[in-house]
Amino acid sequence: MTDKLFGGPAIFLDRSDINTDEIIPAKYLTEVTKEALKPYMLEDLNLENFDPKGDKLKNARVLVSRENFGCGSSREHAPWVFEVNGVHTIIAQSYARIFRQNTFNGGMLAIELPKADLDRLFALEKEGEVGISVDLDGQNVIATAGGKTETYSFDLSPFDKALVQAGGWVDFADTRY
Amino acid sequence: MGKTIAEKIFAAHLRDEPFPGTKVLDLDRVLCHEITTPVAIADLEARGKDRVFDNTKIKAVIDHVTPSKDSKTALQAKMLRDWARRHQIKDFFDIGHNGVCHAIFPEKGYIRPGYTVIMGDSHTCTHGAFGAFAAGVGTTDLEVGILKGVCAFREPATIRVNLTGSLPKGVYAKDVILFVIGQLGVNGATDRVLEFRGPIIDNMSMEARMTLCNMAIEAGGTCGICLPDMTTVEYLWPFIKDEFESPDAALSDYSQWVSDDDASYDKVLDFDLTNLEPHVTYGYKPDCVKPVAEMAGIPVDQVYIGTCTNGRIEDLRQAAEILKGKRIADTVRGIVSPATPKIFSQALAEGIIQIFMDAGFCVTNPTCGACLGMSNGVLSGGEVCASTSNRNFNGRMGKGGMVHLMSPTTAAATAIAGVITDARSM
Ligand code: SF4
Repeated sequence: MTDKLFGGPAIFLDRSDINTDEIIPAKYLTEVTKEALKPYMLEDLNLENFDPKGDKLKNARVLVSRENFGCGSSREHAPWVFEVNGVHTIIAQSYARIFRQNTFNGGMLAIELPKADLDRLFALEKEGEVGISVDLDGQNVIATAGGKTETYSFDLSPFDKALVQAGGWVDFADTRY
Repeated sequence: MGKTIAEKIFAAHLRDEPFPGTKVLDLDRVLCHEITTPVAIADLEARGKDRVFDNTKIKAVIDHVTPSKDSKTALQAKMLRDWARRHQIKDFFDIGHNGVCHAIFPEKGYIRPGYTVIMGDSHTCTHGAFGAFAAGVGTTDLEVGILKGVCAFREPATIRVNLTGSLPKGVYAKDVILFVIGQLGVNGATDRVLEFRGPIIDNMSMEARMTLCNMAIEAGGTCGICLPDMTTVEYLWPFIKDEFESPDAALSDYSQWVSDDDASYDKVLDFDLTNLEPHVTYGYKPDCVKPVAEMAGIPVDQVYIGTCTNGRIEDLRQAAEILKGKRIADTVRGIVSPATPKIFSQALAEGIIQIFMDAGFCVTNPTCGACLGMSNGVLSGGEVCASTSNRNFNGRMGKGGMVHLMSPTTAAATAIAGVITDARSM
């Protein structure tokens, strides 16, 4: 059963094609534990007014971005650096295949929302701090900010859902194969 | 309804379909290197499952940082080395024998038409050049691959890319793939296989096909793939000559891995490359491409020739042709990393290493090196590198550095001039 927390304060990264080198630079790939990656999350992110050392990121439990999130290298260090920082939910319009699979393989959520819904979610940020909760069974994202609440439904393949529920691919595969 | 090569490979390897649309495939090859494998090893140990599904199907190499540059990379190498010994993985390549993963594994004949291949490395798509389904995966997929010999995929739709005409002189596979990525965009092939077809491919060597397939991931592709033909058979012949009576017999066997004429594709793209120009990237995404002529004159601090994209013998020959009898600009640091020991020896025997040295290049041992900014040529902030590698992300070769991707020929011309240069203008 999963020990992950899905939901909490959200941080918004309003850019497409955020790559794995930005999420965790290659020079930290010399670490052999996930925990050691913790201080370096999004260190090289190329985004105006973004502070990788700021409280906003430190407090975030949900990350919201645009298209093709996590493109580039296959390094699972990218979802790991989110995991060890308590960010277990990512919401974006689309993902690079390997990043998406890595995220579900680790029992975390990579939720896809259509552009119109994401636009609404990004607009909500203007109302103030956005809190997000995820209803995994109903497949809904519930976002609140400044007294406003919005709900977006999402699709999850049965396999991805099973991975999240099993706590990841190793446990799933080990019992089945 | 006919099938694509990817669909045929999926059908032949299907172990399980736990949910509709999820295909769990049996794996023919699980490839490992020292950056992404140690965490998988440590996790298997922690779970009390330090086992391997088949030590003949697992191949491993230390290639990204070698020789180790500090105690952390030394630990990564040690973890892989100890694990390979513990499980008697015979095909393990360490110092003196090691080279860049996507160059050394095909060179050893490990990749065959119809195979399923995974590796904890995004450029695993390179191996599709042999008519294999080869996909980069993360450490967890790798871990399950090592333990169980399976990996799960969504059945990928295929984009067929027909490349017609003939390549003008001085235009190479790297220019072709940069152009195609520019057309597709960085996520134009996400969750798709890119099947390269047409007379341009028919006339390409295996080396050039590997360069092409290597960068499928830069358009988001799961795998680049070329259909096996006589060129594939001839490359593999030293390794398969005991399996088949003749090259023709091998070809006829491999023809089971050729897409059917009536196969259905997600998309079919046609490009006539007769007038293609050498291409180069600008900016921080591999789809930011332009003809070299439009970028000419931009100064560079370093020129890097090597990597899994363009560190093969043909690439070194092409660069040497330009460099012969010339010296690189005083303002440029030239670094060349032959991708494998075999390529290094070949280049030595052909006098290519001497040409590089006479031109003022530093020749390193086979390694990924500067490609991912971990060793052997890391850039300082504000520096520019002309590189034959595959990725120009912000910070890739060092924080604050800029990388322009190009062919070995363009890189060599750029090294001589000190500024981005179209070799045809020299
Ligand atoms: S040469 Fe570069 S792209 Fe290729 S495997 Fe090594 S680090 Fe990755």
